[in-house]
Amino acid sequence: MTRRDASEPLNEANRLYFKRKDPMPSPSSVSLEASAIACERGQRMLFEGLSFALAPGEALLVRGPNGAGKTSLLRQLAGLLPLAAGTLSAPGADDDTPLSELCHYVGHLNAAKSALTVEENLAFWVDFLGDGAVDLDGALGSFGLEDLANLPAGLLSAGQKRKLALSRLFAASRPIWLLDEPSVSLDTAAVKHLDAAIRAHLKGGGIAVVSTHVPLKTKFAHQLTLGLEEAA
Amino acid sequence: MNASLALLVRDVRLAWREGGAISVALGFYLVVVAITPFGLGPDLNLLARIAPGMLWVALLLAALLSADRIFHNDYEDGTLDVLTSGPLPLPLVAGIKALAHWITTGVPLALLAPVLGLLLNLPLDAMPLLVLAMLAGTPAVSFIAGIGASLTLGLRRSGLLLALLVLPLYVPILIFGVSTVSAAVVGPGSPWPPFLMLCALSLASIVLAPFAAAAALRTALR
Repeated sequence: MTRRDASEPLNEANRLYFKRKDPMPSPSSVSLEASAIACERGQRMLFEGLSFALAPGEALLVRGPNGAGKTSLLRQLAGLLPLAAGTLSAPGADDDTPLSELCHYVGHLNAAKSALTVEENLAFWVDFLGDGAVDLDGALGSFGLEDLANLPAGLLSAGQKRKLALSRLFAASRPIWLLDEPSVSLDTAAVKHLDAAIRAHLKGGGIAVVSTHVPLKTKFAHQLTLGLEEAA
Repeated sequence: MNASLALLVRDVRLAWREGGAISVALGFYLVVVAITPFGLGPDLNLLARIAPGMLWVALLLAALLSADRIFHNDYEDGTLDVLTSGPLPLPLVAGIKALAHWITTGVPLALLAPVLGLLLNLPLDAMPLLVLAMLAGTPAVSFIAGIGASLTLGLRRSGLLLALLVLPLYVPILIFGVSTVSAAVVGPGSPWPPFLMLCALSLASIVLAPFAAAAALRTALR
């Protein structure tokens, strides 16, 4: 694996994408539909009657002020929060596969173990999430962490930890990416790289739901602004 | 490597790397047992008679010391969120993490027990049975601790509450564990009926406890 050139992240991400040995359900066929979903937190209705449909290759940008329910929506999609109403479905996916197994959820917490090295952290996700179907070197290289492979994750900077969390997206092939403020503490080059990785994912027929305040070049087919119901 | 094995290996490796869990439990076990003769005086017959009970009570307390680590660290750093989205059902995840706790805490404690038995004048011919009974009983200790650990997730000072919740559930293990070893020390009767009950307790908790723990985890993640 050679050193990554930040000016050509798209090709690199593409290369990684097609290198995968065993994409679980073919990523190109899965879509994501939400119909009239609602979210209740602490007896307060954050949003209700929310519907959207994402076809393969489409991305959804979730926006809204702090506390509007962006994280809650993403956690609902990841199956971590129950729906107060409505249904979620993933047409085109295997009937036996629950939605949570189609999704990569990268939230505010990095899920990195400080006592393990970068490589061990990622190797665990490769084995656990994808049964080792994906090449570990590819996942390590996806955000340029190969030079840090033998460093305990506890010694990484905040941005490097974030890259480690994002590398998880490449530890197993899953059609739906749920990214909650993925650019926090990343430097400009890394944000560009992430942007390109999302575009490559969409190009391969994947779906991305991103909540961010940073402008990205990725073309979002849908936008959702939460927290405006009260104002309207 | 398949997902279950990867999770087990990671948990054992983490317990080993982070160090605290195993050595603190072993040290606590050693200290509690070592100070007992100071409290009771040098009556060797008395010590031999209460040795099985002392060793079991101290083992339960030592095992509980590290019990809140079963899920707590993974909950804090967001790993648990990702574990729920893996290919394994949540009860299996909970079971594997309890199994890792058994490997890193239950087994070392059971293996240390004969050494501590010497401090309490436990007859040498009771040692093999002591280790056997503890190896058979500690899976129940770890799996039930898993329920307590998942119920107290996200609470501050959860260790104390965990002990309050879980220790009463350990009474059957204590009774059958002590009667197995006592039967060999003071008699009368065969040690095997209580030993088989101990095995039954462990098998039942291995099967049932992960479901209870998984239900509690789901609530904690909301």
